[in-house]
Order: sequence, then structure tokens, then C-alpha cells
Amino acid sequence: MEKNYLMGEYDIIVVGAGHAGCEAALASARMGKKTCMFAITLESIAMMPCNPSIGGTGKGHLVREIDALGGEMGVNIDKAFIQSKMLNTRKGPAVHSLRCQADKNKYHIEMKKTLEKEENLDIKQAEIVSLVFDDLCDKDIGLDNNGFNNRVTGVITATGAHYKAKAVILATGTFLRGKILIGESAVFSGPNGMAPSMSLAEQLREMNFDMRRFKTGTPARILASSISYDKMREECGDKKIVPFSFLNEDVQRDQISCWLTYTNEKTHKVIRDNFHRSALFSGNIEGIGPRYCPSIEDKINRFSDKERHQTFVEPEGLDTEEMYIQGMSTSLPEDVQEEFYKTIPGLENAKIVRPAYAIEYDSINSLSLKLNLETRHTENLFCAGQLNGSSGYEEAAAQGLMAGINAALKIDELEPFILNRDEAYIGVLIDDLITKGTNEPYRIMTSRAEYRLVLRQDNADIRLTQKAYDIGLVSEKRFAKFKEKKALVEAEKVRLNETMIKPEDSKEFLESLGMPEMKRSASLAELLKRPEVTYDNMSKIDKIDIEKRLRGHAANFLEVEIKYEGYIKKQLAQIEKYKKLEEKKLSQDINYYDIDGLRIEAQEKLTKIKPRSIGQASRISGVSPADINVLLIYLERKRRQG
Amino acid sequence: MEDTIVAIATAFGEGSIGIIRISGEKSKDILDDIFVSKNTIQNRKLTYGHIVDKSKVIDEVMAVYMRAPSTYTREDVVEIHCHGSIVSLKKIMELIIEKGARAAERGEFTKRAFLNGRLDLAQAEAVIDLINAKNNKSFDIAISQLDGQLSKSLNEISSQIMEILVSIAVNIDYPDEDIEEVVYEQLEKDILNIQEKIKDMADSFKEGKIIKEGIKTAIIGKPNVGKSSLLNKLLKRERAIVTDIEGTTRDIIEEEISIDGISLILVDTAGIRDTADKIEQIGIEKSKASFNEADIIIFVIDMSRPITKEDLEIAENIADRKAIVLLNKTDLDIVADVTEIKNLVVNGVYIETSTETVQGIDDIKKTIIENIHLGEYRQEKSNIITNSRHYEKLISSYSSLNDAIMLVKNRDALDFIELDIRNAYDNIGEITGNVASADVIDEVFKRFCLGK
Repeated sequence: MEKNYLMGEYDIIVVGAGHAGCEAALASARMGKKTCMFAITLESIAMMPCNPSIGGTGKGHLVREIDALGGEMGVNIDKAFIQSKMLNTRKGPAVHSLRCQADKNKYHIEMKKTLEKEENLDIKQAEIVSLVFDDLCDKDIGLDNNGFNNRVTGVITATGAHYKAKAVILATGTFLRGKILIGESAVFSGPNGMAPSMSLAEQLREMNFDMRRFKTGTPARILASSISYDKMREECGDKKIVPFSFLNEDVQRDQISCWLTYTNEKTHKVIRDNFHRSALFSGNIEGIGPRYCPSIEDKINRFSDKERHQTFVEPEGLDTEEMYIQGMSTSLPEDVQEEFYKTIPGLENAKIVRPAYAIEYDSINSLSLKLNLETRHTENLFCAGQLNGSSGYEEAAAQGLMAGINAALKIDELEPFILNRDEAYIGVLIDDLITKGTNEPYRIMTSRAEYRLVLRQDNADIRLTQKAYDIGLVSEKRFAKFKEKKALVEAEKVRLNETMIKPEDSKEFLESLGMPEMKRSASLAELLKRPEVTYDNMSKIDKIDIEKRLRGHAANFLEVEIKYEGYIKKQLAQIEKYKKLEEKKLSQDINYYDIDGLRIEAQEKLTKIKPRSIGQASRISGVSPADINVLLIYLERKRRQG
Repeated sequence: MEDTIVAIATAFGEGSIGIIRISGEKSKDILDDIFVSKNTIQNRKLTYGHIVDKSKVIDEVMAVYMRAPSTYTREDVVEIHCHGSIVSLKKIMELIIEKGARAAERGEFTKRAFLNGRLDLAQAEAVIDLINAKNNKSFDIAISQLDGQLSKSLNEISSQIMEILVSIAVNIDYPDEDIEEVVYEQLEKDILNIQEKIKDMADSFKEGKIIKEGIKTAIIGKPNVGKSSLLNKLLKRERAIVTDIEGTTRDIIEEEISIDGISLILVDTAGIRDTADKIEQIGIEKSKASFNEADIIIFVIDMSRPITKEDLEIAENIADRKAIVLLNKTDLDIVADVTEIKNLVVNGVYIETSTETVQGIDDIKKTIIENIHLGEYRQEKSNIITNSRHYEKLISSYSSLNDAIMLVKNRDALDFIELDIRNAYDNIGEITGNVASADVIDEVFKRFCLGK
């Protein structure tokens, strides 16, 4: 290391400037830590190399939670969206999900501005080629360092600059030994033609981190002027826009449309005839791709009886002609791409500006991390985002935020900040990665959350803002707004419960909704529980001044809480049961090999993952309910023995 | 580490072969210490040799050592097959205890099997029932549950519920994809189908409870009509004090008999009559209470005396019950006119008996068995629910599915429906332990008296 030179010293260094890196750096800086964020190129800051949208089912919940915790994603998409839509509105409130189309360039620029303005935060364009470690393994003395073999103390750039840090957060996305595959061609590269990170990947493998190879892909971008929209169905945004961030009440603006079209038998034939030329089937790809976001050749291969696949054509921004062809990612060669895209109605004359590609990258086995996203064996080294085996901007941002928070807490020797499965989708996401592990790029889904009726997007702030305020992440402005909302909702709830409406006063209103009239007087709250009645349309029988009624986030939250009170109670009862298992704590130094009755596989997994509770243990794959009973009995006997 | 336990595994009494079983860490050491053979002991191989105490041969035996964890208790297990004489068994047992083992408590081998994760919850509970089995029938059911029959049926139900949960999850997660929507009609059919299976199992609980806990049969009648004699006849031994003095039975006497594998708890009650005796009055009150609780009532009438106001009062009290009315002492001159009684107890089964001789006793037994309609359950014994915890879980599961059906009928949002179906799933899983629950383990701990 002689040729290296010391260039600076930070509390926390973040490697990578994608969605995970940005949140990590901002959280760390906002919690008062001197922070530096490194990126191979600053053009990669908050870059969206795949779909031009933020949110969607499950993902929208994550964005709301990131926002509630004082993260940036929600605020930034509110600045940069060009279309907004609340999905699933015909389904229950648990799955209402917000999704916005983003102006990609604006999203990048706005995030970059925020980072640049942030106190405590430096941004540097440099490739990190290696980490610097202190060895903690004193074999002669046999010191136990809480399972840590070593500790990270800094980073080295490609030009030899050495920066010291108390903690390092890796958020390398798809850059780590990235390889782009198009047909027979395979080139080491980061996303969007950016430089890959090769040396760091090599060091991590040499240091015996449990690395693996994952894959993802993106479809072609096609010039808007070459598309015939009359053959597609227009998909407009919502008339009434709901902002992502709890800080914003009104973000009304002009929106642009997306377009829906379908593949057909011709498309499928072109693709099938060229299967042998796809990197996916030629054996060129070693990485594992996401089942939930398959390439088009994969879809046609796996669902051969399906006659058509839908595809949305989405704008990439206001200042560009590029259109994103959703659902049509591929690793077929360019000539085949051109041929099959042109079989799709509306794309007959398509001009491809960027070809579709598959990208392979190194990721770390998430089972080698702890719930605070710190690696099990290297102290103060945190990992976030695609590096941990997730897929998606929102999943990355959520982990980045949590890694930033936990790195800051760790160097202050404070308790880690861990969200449980009944508290947040972020808790579900991280618990899934760390406890269950994943064999493919992990995507959040509402079905992964057991308690989704409580984990709604409308109450993310109620669930989380206080917690984040307590650890110093939430600004005073946000906290004041949160408290105001809470108080308003409480007061309005009381008013709705106390305001009685006579049957004759609600008759006409209910009739207009096609509902039977009331037989006796009922409170406004009781009326709200009836189907078809909403807080909004109820204003017709609510005599209070319309200005005094709630609006926006508060109104939405109140309505759901009252309307679905009975179901929410049922869910809370389920949570109580879940908590009983979470509260049965497992000590970190249990020797699972000493517990008779545990199957060998369970002993191995429990030893590796060291769950914090019986609840967590029960989610480890390879630990059966019988094993959990053995653990419960073990705990109970220990308790009785005193 | 647990201590090593030993027990005679074969039935009590003389047999040609007796087996002694040892389980625990010291099993192998003990065997090495007391067993002499030309051959070396191999895992899972029956070996010929002798049990020897201080170079004195006690018995000629076959012995087998089975290494943990592939054994019943998941501990090291040794079995010694010796001659079946009680003397031989006792001597070897004592020798083993002298070498460091301890006599096992009732059911302790199985308890260890559970603690060591070899049995699921329903199986473990079956073991508890097995240990407490009062009769052959409940023993059979416990054995079948231990065999995993109950768990198997429950797991089938679980996986059917899971299928519904999965189809709902897919619909919730992919709003944009053109995935087949959950069809409410189909959903309703699927839920009803599962409900039917759960109901079948839950319905068996009444019978299961009878098999496990027995049937409460109250013997009632005015004083000195022969209730206690009847009880004694049924029991085939003198239990109640039988005298000619009215009011001899001042308290309630409970006894248990087994008829065709079913436990009958006979409750002999104090004769019901007007009395000034305080103690006897208390007995009479208790009698009235006990026949209200009884599953079956045997109303005894003395045919050798005229029907009195007291007989009629009793008859009025049990008018709506399907009582067995015993026209007793028919060996004497019949004086009583039972027309009025028959008009009151319309659903009664009338049997003539003589408690002095055994006439009619078999008819009583037959009638009791017919009365509890066990015929149909005697064939398939696998899925009779005998445990009240299991019953409650089944009922909870059933009612959650009821809630779900209501929502399906209203075409309500899938996530609400899912909530109820999830509850139904968890309740079934908590019977077998497939859904981990701290409460369940607490419950089992209570019943197993663990860690005392």
C-alpha cells in the first residue's frame, strides 16, 4: 500500500450512487455523520437504468415508508413524475399502491442537487478498487470479537487515494464485475455502458465473502416518432394526483400517457426461431435472473400456451424521444430484437436507439449479513441494494436508508434500528433477505407481508415517523406536519363518531348511491362503514363547513381506519400471536449442536444465521415447525431450570 | 443431558419373552457392563449373550443397541430380550438401576420422543391420552393419532387452504398482468368443501369425548327402589352400601365401568324424597343436579310397591329425556301401575329387571350402548377428535371460513377474505404444530408436567 496516499477521513463512506447509495449517504449525513459518497461517474447518481417508474404494488409501500422515515425517494419522485396512478383502487386498501412515471433525467438531476446541498456530505467521482481492513483475529489469545474476523477501516481509489472511515456501506448495484450480454456478445460493463467495477469484485472474492452471480435485463428503447400510437390503447394518469411524500399535499401538474399493446404469434415465432441465439439459452449466462421479471424469451419458453403478452410503452422523460418497452427485456441479438419488436402493433416502423440487454453482476449472499445489514464477519461493513440480491429501485433505496441509519448507529455504539414484519414492508424485505435468503433477484410483493392490512401506504407515517424522529433522522418540519396530521385525524374521528344523522337526513344521499336507507339514527362514522360511502361523498350530509373537513393524506388515512376497523382489529389479533414468538428471544451464543432433537440441517442453519428470536428462527428455510417446537421446549425448560 | 431411564417394555405378567428397554446416554455403557457375549455389539444388530452380575449369570438373553438419533426416543437405546419370568425381569431391571439408570415414569420414553422432536404436537398429545387411556377404545384412537392419522388428515386440509391463499396472493400482486382473476363462485365452492371436512372432524368430538371421558349415567329413583343394588350388579361387586333402610345413600357415588370398550361413569344418587334430614337434603339437591348433567338417566321404579307422588315428581323432571326406565323387583308381586309414568316419560325405554337376580342387566347394557349410537364410529377410528384443544381449533377454523364465505358472497375485497382464510389455516396448523405457536407449547407443557 506504499504508493497510496491518505486523502481524507470520514465517519461513513458510501460506495455507489444509485438508489441505495443516495439514501444511505443522505441518512448518514442527516444523522450528523461526516459522510462521503463515491461513484464511478456522477452521471450514475440516482440513475434509472431500467423502467422509468417508481412505485407499484409493494414497491409503492416501500417508497411511502422511506419517506416516512425521512428518506428522499418520495420527495424526489414528487419533483420528477410525469404521470401518477393509484393502482388496485378496486381492491382492498391494503393493496392500494401508488406508481409514478418518472422523467429519468429530472429524477437524476433533482437527486444530485439534493445531495450537493446536503451538509456533512461530500460527493466524489472515483472508482473504489479495494477496502482496507484491520485484522481482528488474534489467534494466540483467541479473542472473541462478536463473531467478527476483521473490521473495515477505509477505501482505496483507482488512483491510489486512501480514505479512512469508521464504517463503509457498499451499494454497488450491477457494477460489480458487471457483464452485458446481447446475443453472442458478452462484454464486461456497468449499466448503460458505464465502466464496471472489477478490482473491488476481485478483492471481495479473495477475502472469501460469499459472492454469487445474479442477472437482470432491460428492454430496448425506441424512438417515439417511429411509433404509431393509434394501434395502442392510451393509459392516462389519475385526474386527482396523490403525492408520494407525506410532506406534499398538492403536486397537480400536466401528465403524459403510456400506451398498451400486445405481442402476437408472429412475435413469438421470431423469438422461438432464434432461441439458440439468446444468451439465456446458449449457456453464456451463469447468473440467476428474477422469476418475477422474466425476459420475453423466457416468458415465451415458459408459458408457451399463452397467445399474447402485454407490453406498456412508456416515455423516458419530457426532454427525450426515447420510449421504454415494458415487459420486453431480452438478451437476443440486435437483428432479432429489431425483427420481433416490429411484429408488435404500433411498433412496425420502430427505430431502436438502445438495444435490450441482459446484465450479470456479483452479489453477496444475503444470509451472510445481519438484520442491521452489516456483514457477519467484517465489522462496520454494511451492504445494500442489488448487491444484497434484491431487484428494483425501491428495494435498493429501502436497504440503503436502513444501512445508512445502522452504520451511523453502529459507530455511535447504539442499538441497531430494525423494523419488524408487523411494522413495515422494509422489515419484511430485510427479514426475508437476511433470514430466508434468496436464490434469485428479490422483489417485494404485497403477498410477502403477512400483516398488509396494517402495513398500508396511507399510514406509513403513523407507523414509522416517530421511530425515525427518535433516532434523529426526521426533520423538525416533517415531524411537526406528522403531529398535526395525527391530531387532526384524532379530532375528526371523534367528531364523526359523535355526529348523529337522522334516517330522513341520509335517505336521499344513500338512495343516490343505490343503498337502502337507515332504520335509525347513525353516526357519520357508522355511515362511513357502509359500502359505497366515502369520506368525500359523505360531505353531502355532513353539515360542517367544507373547509374544516380533512383532505389529502389525512382524509385518506382516516377513511381507511374507520371503514375497515373490524378487519384491522382481526389483523391486530394475528399480530399479537406473531409477537409472542418474536418476543421469545434467542441468545447469540446458544450452541445449537448441543440441543437434542434439532435436525442437522436446522442446527447448521441456526448456527449460521443466529436468529434473534424464535419468530425469526421459524422463517429460516430448513428449520421446520418441529424444530421450532424443539426450540420452544428448550427455552421453556431453561426458564424452568432458572 | 438427560439421565438414563429403564423400564420393562412388555406387558405385565408371565410371558415367554420379556423386553427391558433403556434410553439415554449411559445405555451403551450399562449394556457393556452387564452383558457378556462372544460377539461384539453392533449398532442395530441383535446379539446373543448373558446378563451377568459380578460374574454370576442372571439370564440368557438377546440384546440390541441402537445408536442415536435413529431411535424411538432419538437417544441411545438398548433393548434386552430375556426370559419372561417376573423374577428374571425384576433382577435385570434392578441391576440396570444399580449401574446408573433410573426407573422410567409412565410414558417417559414417549415424552422424550416428543421433546427430542420426533413426534408432532398432535402425536404428542395422543401419547398423553395413551397414558391416560381409560379403556381400549380410547387407547385405539390415541394409537391411531400417534401413528399420525389425525395429522395426515389435518395436513390435507391445510394444503387445500394454502391453495386458496396462493391464488389470492397472485391476484393481489399483479394488478397489471392479465392473470386469471379469482372467481368468487369457485372460491365459495372451495371454502365450502374445506368447511365440510372440518365439520366432519369437529362433529366426531362428541363421540370422541364419550370414548375418552366416558358417559355420565345417573341412576335415580325414590329411596329403596334398588338403585345401589343395580349399581353393584353393573359393577359386579359390592360398592354401594345396600340396606333396607330408606336414605342409606346420602351422597353421590361415582363408579366407572367399561361396556364394549366405552367408559360408563355411573352416578348412584341419593333417593329423592321429602325429608327433614339436613344432610340427606343436601344429597337430594346433588342428585337433582347430577341427573341434569347426566348423558343418560336410568330411572328405577319399584314394581312391588305402588307408584307414589315421589315417582311422579321424578318422572316430571325427566319428562323430556330419553331415559331408561327400570321396572325393578319384578321377581316380587307386581303392585305398581306405570301407566301414568309412561304417559310422562314418553321417550323412555322400559326394561323389566330384578336386581336380586341378574335378569335384565344385559338388556340395560345393550340399551345404553344403543342409546349412544356408537355403531357408525366403531369402523373408522382414525379421525375421531378426542382432545378439546383440537376441537376448539377446528371450531375456530370453521367459523373463520364462515366469515370468509360471507365476504365472498358480498364480493368483498380479496385481502379481507384472505385475512379470514389465513386465520382458518393457522388454527388447523396449530393442532399439528405446523404453525408454530407459543401458546400451544405452553398448553402441552402443562399437560406433560415437564421440567418438574
